[in-house]
Amino acid sequence: MEPKSAILDDREVMTLEAFADTIIPGERRGPHDRAVAGAAAGGGAVASGAIDLMTSEEGGLAGVLPTLAAGLDEHARDWAARRGRTLEDGVPAFAALGFDDRTALAATLMAPGNPERELWVPLAMFSVMAWDTGASQHTTDALAGGHPGLIAMGFTPPGADGLWRFPDFSYRKVLATVHPHTTESGDPA
Amino acid sequence: MSRNDSTDVVVIGSGFGGAIPAYRLAAGGARVEILERGPWLTGDDFDHDFKFGSSSTRAFEFTMGDGMNVLGGNCVGGGSVVYFAAMPRAPRYVFGRRGGIGERMWPRTIDRDALDPWYDMVAESLPITRQDWDDVTYSGGLFAAACSRAGRTANPVPAAIDRDRCTNCNWMMSGCRFDAKRSLLLNYLPAAVVHGARIRPLHEVQRITRTGDGYRVHYNTVDEVDYRVVTGSGTIDCKLVVVAAGAAATPVILQRSEEDLGAMPEAVGRYFSGNGERLNTAVVDEDKVRELLKLDRGDGRAYEAYQIGKGPVCASWDKLDGSLPEFSRYSLEQLYFPPGFGTILAQAPEAAGPTWFGTEKKEMLRRWQSWLTIFIMSEDDNEGVFGPPPETGNADRVSQQMLSRGALSYRPSADTRAAWKRADEDVRDILERDGLARVMPWNDEVIGAYTVHPLASCRIGDDPETSALDDTHELRGHPGIFVTDGSAVPGALTVNPAFTIAALAERAVPGIVAAAGRRGLPVRYVAEPPPSVSSSAWARTADR
Repeated sequence: MEPKSAILDDREVMTLEAFADTIIPGERRGPHDRAVAGAAAGGGAVASGAIDLMTSEEGGLAGVLPTLAAGLDEHARDWAARRGRTLEDGVPAFAALGFDDRTALAATLMAPGNPERELWVPLAMFSVMAWDTGASQHTTDALAGGHPGLIAMGFTPPGADGLWRFPDFSYRKVLATVHPHTTESGDPA
Repeated sequence: MSRNDSTDVVVIGSGFGGAIPAYRLAAGGARVEILERGPWLTGDDFDHDFKFGSSSTRAFEFTMGDGMNVLGGNCVGGGSVVYFAAMPRAPRYVFGRRGGIGERMWPRTIDRDALDPWYDMVAESLPITRQDWDDVTYSGGLFAAACSRAGRTANPVPAAIDRDRCTNCNWMMSGCRFDAKRSLLLNYLPAAVVHGARIRPLHEVQRITRTGDGYRVHYNTVDEVDYRVVTGSGTIDCKLVVVAAGAAATPVILQRSEEDLGAMPEAVGRYFSGNGERLNTAVVDEDKVRELLKLDRGDGRAYEAYQIGKGPVCASWDKLDGSLPEFSRYSLEQLYFPPGFGTILAQAPEAAGPTWFGTEKKEMLRRWQSWLTIFIMSEDDNEGVFGPPPETGNADRVSQQMLSRGALSYRPSADTRAAWKRADEDVRDILERDGLARVMPWNDEVIGAYTVHPLASCRIGDDPETSALDDTHELRGHPGIFVTDGSAVPGALTVNPAFTIAALAERAVPGIVAAAGRRGLPVRYVAEPPPSVSSSAWARTADR
């Protein structure tokens, strides 16, 4: 089987996918999907290309991802041990956590005062951006390919030339009284 | 590869603070070199694309700090290329602000009356035009109608946008594909090039040292794709330096120069202001929009138009009231922020779990077209302080482009937090009436505060203890170095600051011309507005 990523092993991918799925959750890709918890309908960050974005050369995170994946699993083992959770063997620890535990752990890692938050917040930002910008691919391609996030948000597709124009953009009527001290140039006094 | 050149004036940065002096000094006969850290992008380079590596990351900079994050331009034209072109003048009371220092922040020579002629000059040059209700987008109209229903006023905001060319695509944070936004690429910069100024993109200034009769500016050149890669270095000797690298970079260059130039004024890298900025995102109830505000797009939809428009077009200025005490004055401006930056910190109202990520956040994002974002510009207390400079640039780069981590720290004072709270409550009062919308401020715990309008980190003033520059923008103790960008603005303006930054830069030029004369440079002051061009590619072509 082809590895899922050129720079990460499959366990690392699964851990990072589980983190991305915690940030913007989605439906499982199949009955045996362990990374995606299935906590929300429709594709989430994972189906939107979170791993592609995290590993992109442009993003600059690629080099630290194995460390981040190991860190997430270590935190997950610690989290499980403290709460008496049993983690399934053979599954990376973070992915083995239930969705509520993943969510609570992610919130803890990114909370004010957590010394590691500078590691996890960017990873969360990339996860959100995978879903709501599809930044690992051209936006026109993402929309044409049915990108789960952009489609769910109702992001309007471009015109035939790949550019956006909205000729109808205004209610075209007076909707409020302007401030009585507005100057002739339209400025505050 | 290293090269050494000389000229009359080096201008560091090509945004409002750099482009304006560059044009007027070049037109007046000075040899001018403009060093710009970012790339030189024009028209067709401005992509409608979120992909990493498109103009959305090439031209834009997100510098994370400790408690304050700065978003700004990183390209020829600086902030003018990525801004939303909202151009209101600062209200009169702003110039009398005292803030936490308990004395007037602004030099006594500058008030609204004194600045109005310089505002006029900028307004003619860009140009800036008064907007009317036909220019107001659906989202601006929605906010105006909600303000009106709540007994408030609302104003279309003056803008530097050519309405005939604008397509309301809302991609303006990636640069304007249609040259509708009147950025500096269409006026001051081409005019500077016509008069012989040379623009050098991808030149990141590191420090300034002294020569026998002037200064030497040291720069690195950076790779056009991976800004982390240094491709060369060089120096330019000059008589005068205009520092306009932006409020997140100007103080860093000066801090790094201290070793050779000698002590910097205490206020270099202090008193940073985020313009009191803060965002609230509302999710509106479409049925209530129709029922309460009587709004209809004519196609069956009441609103569902967050994506459509040209950034902020409508603002409520009721609290821009000089009779109110400091820290209770602010403007509320409807705003568009694209996905990515514009969504991450938005919080799901009434969430039982996490507010900024997770299942409830995803549900909020599904209703994205029904969002309305309100931008608060209030009065903060200049709490930002820069730590020691990084090895190069103003921050350590994380990504190839756009994302970096700098040494700015910011702890909002009780006054600042109280101002934000008042404004948040006001937004809620306007938008939550009768269930029109649910509103939450953006999360300020995850990364701290944020600003798209960094100011005051090297400010003008009368008191040498609390200002780095005198009222001519000359750096105290370092004659011949002028600072003319947002870092010179003394504090929060309670409105979008680009117009004020530009007006101050215009006002500074005669003083720089006089300084040139004192150094034997035959430069005269030229008051004519820069000729306007219709294509942003014009100057780049002419420069070659």
